[in-house]
Amino acid sequence: MCGQISVAGRDALDFSNRYILGFSLALCLVCSTAVSALAVGLKERQEANRVLDMKVNILKVARLVEGENAPTAEEVEAFFKDIEASVVDRESGATLDGIDPWTFAPLKEARKPGGGVDASELPEISRTLAKRIALKRIPRALVVYRVNKPGKECLVLPIWGNGLWSLLEGFLAVNLDENRVVGITFFAHKETAGLGGEVDNPTWKAQWPGKTLFDGDSPAVTVVKKGAVRDSGHQVDGIAGATITSLAVGNAVQLWLGDSGYGPFLDILQEESR
Amino acid sequence: MKRATRELLLDPLHLQNPITLQVLGICSALAITNKLETSLVMCGALTFVLVCSNTIISCLRNLIPGSIRIITQLAIIATLVIIADQILLAFFYDLAKELTVFVGLIITNCIVMGRAEAFAMANPPGRSALDGLSNAMGYNLILVGVGFFRELLGAGKLLGFSVLKTVSEGGWYEPNGLMVLAPAAFLIIGLFIWVQRWLSPEMNEES
Repeated sequence: MCGQISVAGRDALDFSNRYILGFSLALCLVCSTAVSALAVGLKERQEANRVLDMKVNILKVARLVEGENAPTAEEVEAFFKDIEASVVDRESGATLDGIDPWTFAPLKEARKPGGGVDASELPEISRTLAKRIALKRIPRALVVYRVNKPGKECLVLPIWGNGLWSLLEGFLAVNLDENRVVGITFFAHKETAGLGGEVDNPTWKAQWPGKTLFDGDSPAVTVVKKGAVRDSGHQVDGIAGATITSLAVGNAVQLWLGDSGYGPFLDILQEESR
Repeated sequence: MKRATRELLLDPLHLQNPITLQVLGICSALAITNKLETSLVMCGALTFVLVCSNTIISCLRNLIPGSIRIITQLAIIATLVIIADQILLAFFYDLAKELTVFVGLIITNCIVMGRAEAFAMANPPGRSALDGLSNAMGYNLILVGVGFFRELLGAGKLLGFSVLKTVSEGGWYEPNGLMVLAPAAFLIIGLFIWVQRWLSPEMNEES
């Protein structure tokens, strides 16, 4: 019987204190060296994976690639020749030069002192929306991706907000000239698979393209409880069994399209195109 | 000797199964079995950790001071788990993303420390490695079984391929929502235990 052998017979005092100290020290050194060597050695690869994953998601939401098959790293790079990233000031909408958009992470920046503002300082509508999706901090600067591929022109905007269990991070692709949504996707969340996790379901995401973006000045597209769609022009049907997650997605979209999100930047773009 | 090796290899698969008989490692069996793919990756990671930790601890067994043996085992196991996690992030990024914290939680998987303390501390490296392998296989067997039924009944898929076409994709199968939630794993493991005890009545406790 293999489960019954114990080491109780060994006396805890059969090693001197000096030996025990030396042993623990050696063990710690060996373990920490192994872990740090590996972490440093693999860091570049892991970072490359993260960036590639983000880029694939941008391509998917902008509908440059269709279907479930992920493109290879070379294909992704080829597509990204037509994609321009920039960092914009959230309040004024002005493009900020001198910050690398590929390394700038608004979500992390918001948590730093000075890098973000408290959600309670936002104007009322945005404050309520931020509260509904449990966002405490909003960054001062945001990243936008401009897709210039002929026939597929759109803007890809990173969006995030809390669902039932977790932070959902994703992209919203919009076509300003035609005032419509191009697509939505979420690349990181920990919602219940099969319920809230269905925000990733292609069938659900397929409802988004074509929805009206703005009605006058305010964001139009929104998510309603499953089965409560009255106006399919701008309302997206929620997910059955995942009302909280789907409404959170709607609130996040409303917040980020609004005046405290990408609103000022989108206004400037619209002025320019007129 | 031959018979002992046979028992060492086969007992953890059925009669001494770490999940269904010893009821260890239940936490991960509930959490990551809603898809077959994540179950398989978890199996791979646990097999790696369990075989390596058993071997290393067994090699060091005469050097480890009794008074700090638990923390020593934990340090070795934690190191191996971090290595597994980092490798997954570097080479299987998509899967690592789905497993999230659960790879890290292998550290607290009772099977790993249980085998280190009960077997590797008192047996030579070769046998300890075999013991680690067979216990990992016992765990894997249950995990793959649970993952199979949960993904099939909960999503109508296996390894991401549609097997039972669901209503939301225009088919006929209405997915069972219970199966994607953790309690379903409890029910399935319960059924496994029932089948095992029905096959081998000697597993039943004396009443």
